[in-house]
Amino acid sequence: MIRTPLRPLARILRARETGENPDAIEAENRAQRHAAIQEKARGSARTRLFFMSCAFAVAFGTVGAKMGVLASSQPSEPRVQTTGAQIISQRADITDRQGRVLATNLLTHSLYAHPQQMVEPERAAHELKKIFPDLDLERMLKDFTGKRTFVWIKKKISPEQMQAVHDIGEPGLLFGPREMRLYPNGRIASHILGGATFGKEDVASAEVVGVAGVEKAFDHWLRDPANDGAPLVLSLNLTVQAAMEEVLSNGMKVMNAKGATGILMEVKTGEIVAMASLPDFDPNDRPRPLLKGDPSDSPLFNRAVQGQYELGSTFKIFPVAQAIDLKLVSPTTMINAKAPMKIGKYLINEFRGHNYGTLSVTDIIVKSSNVGTVRVAQLLGAERQKAFLEKLGFFEPTPVEMSEAPTGKPLVPKRWPAVTSATVAFGHGLAASPLHLATAYATVANGGRRVEPTLIHGRNRRPGEQILSPEAAHIAVQMLRQVVVRGSGRSANVEGYEVAGKTGTADKPRPTGGYYGNKVVSTFASVFPASDPQYVLVLSLDEPSAVGAGGESRTAGATSAPVAAEVIRRVAPLLGLRPATESQLPMVERPLPDGLKLVSN
Amino acid sequence: MRSVLYLLTALSVMGLAFWAYRENYRTQSAISEMSDIQRQIGRLREDLGVLRAEWAYLNRPERLRQLVNLNFDKLRLVPFGSDQFVDVGQVAFPIPRAPEAPTAAAGIPTERPAGYPPRRPQESTP
Repeated sequence: MIRTPLRPLARILRARETGENPDAIEAENRAQRHAAIQEKARGSARTRLFFMSCAFAVAFGTVGAKMGVLASSQPSEPRVQTTGAQIISQRADITDRQGRVLATNLLTHSLYAHPQQMVEPERAAHELKKIFPDLDLERMLKDFTGKRTFVWIKKKISPEQMQAVHDIGEPGLLFGPREMRLYPNGRIASHILGGATFGKEDVASAEVVGVAGVEKAFDHWLRDPANDGAPLVLSLNLTVQAAMEEVLSNGMKVMNAKGATGILMEVKTGEIVAMASLPDFDPNDRPRPLLKGDPSDSPLFNRAVQGQYELGSTFKIFPVAQAIDLKLVSPTTMINAKAPMKIGKYLINEFRGHNYGTLSVTDIIVKSSNVGTVRVAQLLGAERQKAFLEKLGFFEPTPVEMSEAPTGKPLVPKRWPAVTSATVAFGHGLAASPLHLATAYATVANGGRRVEPTLIHGRNRRPGEQILSPEAAHIAVQMLRQVVVRGSGRSANVEGYEVAGKTGTADKPRPTGGYYGNKVVSTFASVFPASDPQYVLVLSLDEPSAVGAGGESRTAGATSAPVAAEVIRRVAPLLGLRPATESQLPMVERPLPDGLKLVSN
Repeated sequence: MRSVLYLLTALSVMGLAFWAYRENYRTQSAISEMSDIQRQIGRLREDLGVLRAEWAYLNRPERLRQLVNLNFDKLRLVPFGSDQFVDVGQVAFPIPRAPEAPTAAAGIPTERPAGYPPRRPQESTP
């Protein structure tokens, strides 16, 4: 290319002759040159843009095509690289701590109908009525002969029923596979397990969703395929749970109680070994919730977790343990416990109008003196008392892994005047669930380290916060032991297991305000063995009344303490606790070869 | 020379095609066998689930309690109590069974009844 000079001599000379400005020629040439450069740059930029857009089109086209293929193709299992672990049921099993099955799946079938394909709809309806007597014949006849094209008949049927339906020989009756949830132990641990039902339903399958209890709380985990079918291991022990439910239901009958609940918890870990609430239900056939009336009358109501009861004198150990921890009193400090005591316009009395005079701190717990406890609580002051109860977990719902747990939020007084502080000291005015009480007792028994209740076995957890010195906690347990040795809990003594516990009898509040005169909740909270606390048992009876030699009695010492003793007697050997007895263990004689027994006097 | 090369190439292509054909069919049969086995595993797992459920159902505490009550006169089972703990040292184990007195016939090969195989050496050692 020939480069045009900016100032071509010929034109310049000509311009000078004509008297024009030669700079104009230079400017014109410069502009031409710039225009050429610009043209070239635009061309290359256009090429670049073209290539770029091609690249983008290819990239997005590839992604789009792949998406289209994925969307339109039929899904199929990867057949070449699969492992056996993929063939697992859709919902994991639930087992107890020893691997015994509490909930599992069973393959059954559901029954549905395509009325348009039916040959003899009336006959089919009559035959079905014979197989399933609970079906509504009128409704079926209407459905089968009407315009409907699809009718569900039964969600779950047994193989025998399926064969019977096959034998009808009706082409319009069809079966779909269903995985159903089965609780082989029936009513045992029903409140903990909760229950399951079908979620989204289809002809080919249906999803099983938990509706309550652990099934609901762990719904995601149980359905997560990433667990490779590993079961959910609960901290329960099936044998212990069954034994406790049996003893509780007998105790409930003997004591004429309306309901009963028991919680057995490991002190060191907070794992719940057994938790029962009576009356209970069968999770295989979960009853409907009550729509009106008191929800606590329904068998679905879990008294152990959802119940909010004023737990009475069982609370007395908390202000006393705190006062000992703060070195305000010692177990032998004498406290003036003269009844009645006046706070503002309220009078605080002892049970049955007793007047104990001056008592040592130990005797305040042993004799369950209201006035004495109030005096100790007054030494603490409302603020410290409140803070301690909050640390024990009485202000929040329990963190146990059940869907009902958040509903069991304790009823805590909003304001905390002197009289509230006094009544809370002996367990009135603050309503909490028995599980709260068990947790607080476990904290005291665990050397003052906070315990959190859990239903999952073998979980690694941080050690709890120290909220009570180990010495004070030890003294508190020894005081509780004294209650069982010589106090109101004598009927809970079990030879060899050093039961330490506290009774509590609280009047039931009326829904309209005030308290019933003859309805109580009697509670026995215990720790055993006292020398090395391993387990906490909280047992509570709703409206009990024991008829004994001295007439009718509703106190916890006469109702829940003996039942608790029976529970410990049955359950402690099952837990592998050896009795600490002073008597010699029996000698097991060697059988003589001739099968005779040596007898001597 | 060139025609030999052509012939060899054609033969090798035919050979490779034959090999690929066979490999394809072998892979497909292996895949279908695998899916068969997986279906079988799935069925067996299902059966296992049913058996586990049945085992749990048969061992439910309620039924065991009924069985204990039914067979009380034979077994006399009562709930496990705290008086049943014993130290290992206090349990008298049964007297170990005395070794059988060597019979006179040992060592001497005896005649077996007709129809029995002859005695082998390891049968006679205690």
